[in-house]
Amino acid sequence: MKTALKIILPLILIGMLAAGGFVFFQSVDVAVLNPQGEIADKQRTLLLFASALSLIIIIPVYMLLVFFAWRYRDSNKKAAYRPNWANNKWLEITWWGIPCILIAILAVVAYRTSHELDQFRPLDSDVKPVEVQVVALQWKWLFIYPEQQVASVNLMPVPEKTPINLSLTSDAPMNAFWVPSLGSQMYAMSGMSSKLHILANHTGDFNGSSANISGEGFADMAFTVRSQTREDFDAWVDATRGHAEGLDMTLYEELAKPGTVDQPVFYTLADAQLYDKIVMKYMMPPASDEKSEDEQDHESHDAHMGHEMEGM
Amino acid sequence: MNLDWALGRLTLDALPQELVTQGGAVLMILSGLAVVAALFYFKRWRWLWRWLTSLDAKKIGVMYVVVAVIMMLRGLADALMIRAQQALAAGDSTGLFSSDTVQQVFSAHGTIMIFFVAMGLMFGLINLVLPLMLGARDVAFPFVNSVSFWLFAVGMVLANVSLVLGGFSPGGWLGYPPLTEMAYNPGPGVDYWIWALQIAGVGSLLSGINFLVTILKKRAPGMTLMKMPLFAWSILVTTLLIIFAFPILTATLGMLSLDRLMDMHFFTSDGGGNPMMYINLIWAWGHPEVYILVLPAFGIFSEVVATFSRKKLFGYGTMVWALFGITFLSFIVWLHHFFTMGAGANVNAFFGITTMIIAIPTGVKIFNWIFTMYRGRVRFSVPMLWFMAFVITFTIGGVSGVLMSVPAIDFQVHNSLFLVAHFHNVIIGGVIFGFFAGLNYWFPKVFGFTLHEGLGKLSVYAWIVGFMVAFLPLYALGLMGVTRRLDHYTDPGGWQVLFIVAGVGVLIIALGAGLQILQLIVSIWQRKKRRDTTGDPWDGRTLEWSVPSPAPFYNFAITPKVTERDAFWEQKEAIKRHEKQEKPKYQSIMLPKNSSIGLIVGGFAFCIGFGLIWHMWWLVALGLVGVIVCVIVRCSNDTVEYELSATELEKFDKQYRRQHA
Repeated sequence: MKTALKIILPLILIGMLAAGGFVFFQSVDVAVLNPQGEIADKQRTLLLFASALSLIIIIPVYMLLVFFAWRYRDSNKKAAYRPNWANNKWLEITWWGIPCILIAILAVVAYRTSHELDQFRPLDSDVKPVEVQVVALQWKWLFIYPEQQVASVNLMPVPEKTPINLSLTSDAPMNAFWVPSLGSQMYAMSGMSSKLHILANHTGDFNGSSANISGEGFADMAFTVRSQTREDFDAWVDATRGHAEGLDMTLYEELAKPGTVDQPVFYTLADAQLYDKIVMKYMMPPASDEKSEDEQDHESHDAHMGHEMEGM
Repeated sequence: MNLDWALGRLTLDALPQELVTQGGAVLMILSGLAVVAALFYFKRWRWLWRWLTSLDAKKIGVMYVVVAVIMMLRGLADALMIRAQQALAAGDSTGLFSSDTVQQVFSAHGTIMIFFVAMGLMFGLINLVLPLMLGARDVAFPFVNSVSFWLFAVGMVLANVSLVLGGFSPGGWLGYPPLTEMAYNPGPGVDYWIWALQIAGVGSLLSGINFLVTILKKRAPGMTLMKMPLFAWSILVTTLLIIFAFPILTATLGMLSLDRLMDMHFFTSDGGGNPMMYINLIWAWGHPEVYILVLPAFGIFSEVVATFSRKKLFGYGTMVWALFGITFLSFIVWLHHFFTMGAGANVNAFFGITTMIIAIPTGVKIFNWIFTMYRGRVRFSVPMLWFMAFVITFTIGGVSGVLMSVPAIDFQVHNSLFLVAHFHNVIIGGVIFGFFAGLNYWFPKVFGFTLHEGLGKLSVYAWIVGFMVAFLPLYALGLMGVTRRLDHYTDPGGWQVLFIVAGVGVLIIALGAGLQILQLIVSIWQRKKRRDTTGDPWDGRTLEWSVPSPAPFYNFAITPKVTERDAFWEQKEAIKRHEKQEKPKYQSIMLPKNSSIGLIVGGFAFCIGFGLIWHMWWLVALGLVGVIVCVIVRCSNDTVEYELSATELEKFDKQYRRQHA
């Protein structure tokens, strides 16, 4: 009776915890398991598949551990005792073999998905993608829309069901751009431009995280991706363009100074080459006395180099 | 009067400005003063000096463990601060500490736990038992061993001095540039981090060489490599990893400090520097480092499982090959720490697949341990309970690691709390549980009495329950999109609840640590009753159990001859079969004299580090000259050993055996 209680009580406890956990996780947004975009959706399937595969190892390990511990406990004199038994070819082949097969399966899946879900690979879609250039700053995110000629801080409006082609750089310590609901993370580093492709399946506000520590205000670098209907997105562009302040290099330098931003800010993009210039800032020799002269003389050259770099 | 030449950039502003750091600093200074006062009061200075200058590996091992345990309390305090901050700092609340303090605490927690707790416990345990296990009198280079320890200790001191003067690095435990460059972090914090690691790192490299040579050259006659205990094998591959990996760390941090001190541009954003190079290099060291920590723990479990199952280790040959497989693979997986840097699909896939392949030899080891219990007589003493706790937690940690080895999954959980949960899962569940098993297992061999079983078992339960409560919520939080190192956050639902649960978990872990301290105190209190008179309290299998407890300073009065694996078990079996035993024949032996030069080298190394941090160039010069002089003095000394004659040894041995029988 007592031993039965010893086993049943912990089981009841675990059962209650599991039930409580289930109810709790129903009520909150587990973003990675609750995808709102094509990429995140595939990643969730992949995560669940790999987890299921790993159960093939976890379950036997736990069962054998508990069973052997109980069966071969010191006080159980009925159990066999063979102190010198230490080798068995077939057993060893089994537990080299099964993990090898599982890992082989997972390796194929890993190879395929790292191509399929490669951050640099454009998404297949009939809809014309929207280009967004992302700049990680201390401590805010700047989103530049070169085609729409607008820019935004800490809020990234996008049209739904449309591939978003992101170019990422940083004008501050490196950071990482991550929207868990939409999928995949990418480092943003100064002096270079990396890529990420995402797509939102429907409208909604999705939380974006900045995933790499970048100094004191790093925790304030949360941003929002606002997925809207195409009409709403166009309306936002129209409302912003021409009405908001023009973002050129001077205003940008002001924005780039360390500090946090509470409310999203919108701009009209006044300098079409802004992103390239931000990338190129770090490609030139260290700032010297002739900086102003440099800027004037090489403006067209800078932009050209910047495009070349993007292709790298 | 201008003192800039003497003080560099050290000014009164370097003193702690915030209440919490002031408290920490005062607490540290007071406990230091308390130790000094106690030494005067109990007149223990001479006793302490004999310890500090000892070249006996066992004493050096004890000193490593003492430092590591104290640092574990510091690291645990950091963990409690982090958990308290994150449990409170939701929405408008900014929690208890400023973001700068929180980031320093994060960095200090990681740095201290890896370099001064895990590494310290590892080197401590190796020193305590490796020579005994091999049937050796000491390590190959006892003096180098002392230097290694003091460099380790100085690194630890530098990391902690930052609490009183100047603050620690806020750049994370691996200090990614450009954040750690002068442009963003001009203060001394990053320099503290660099020089604490540089100095301790040199010590680690010397230790690695020392233990490798010990294993290769100092084994008892008859102990071929394939007859060594598996712990010795695990140390052999660990030292190989140290020797290949630590120079990378030294070079990387060296370049970072050149960036900072001499305005070079290795890793800066501008001037042709490239931070990606740093990230590659630091992980080319950092990934093997993980295995440097966990392989010795695997070695400990291999001994513990066999001993407490009273059975030979299952699949010894496979276990050795698995160790080599892991060692080799650990050098070709480093890129999995930055799948999200954009290396390209093929590169990511390659490193993802090599990573998941490591799971195969690791899984094989787990099955071999479990099958060591099969048809054994399993005793659930404290070390064995740590093994059970290890299998349960480490399996989860290993599986979450395999999940993240798939690049496309990693894209979604990298740098989130899922990752944080994973590495605590393998480092606490693998490394720390392993070292606790080792400490409980070998304690009687070092101190001559066993540790309290009941309290030890309670501490295992507290640690494993605490671990689950603290870290399973972090997996969930990671999937909910929470990134690491947040000092405050806006809760979109459920975050704060889980952070509070995790905080409770760390409190339970702290309870486990408290129980361990209590276990130690109670055991010391009852040490007469708990005396190990046999030298073999667990019915052991390897040579360390063949000598009396505590192990005498000369380790073995007579060098043992080895014919089989599990040499001591075989000796006992032979006695049971009434085979004729050889009569002991004592021979004179040479033992290393105490030397204070290791300690002095440590002092000069401190000068170098402290001078470089505060730009006191005269202090750096003094330190460098001092170290060189120490080396010359030591090298010119021909009388570094003393002889223990055969008759003396016989007298000691008989007396010892009488006293402890």
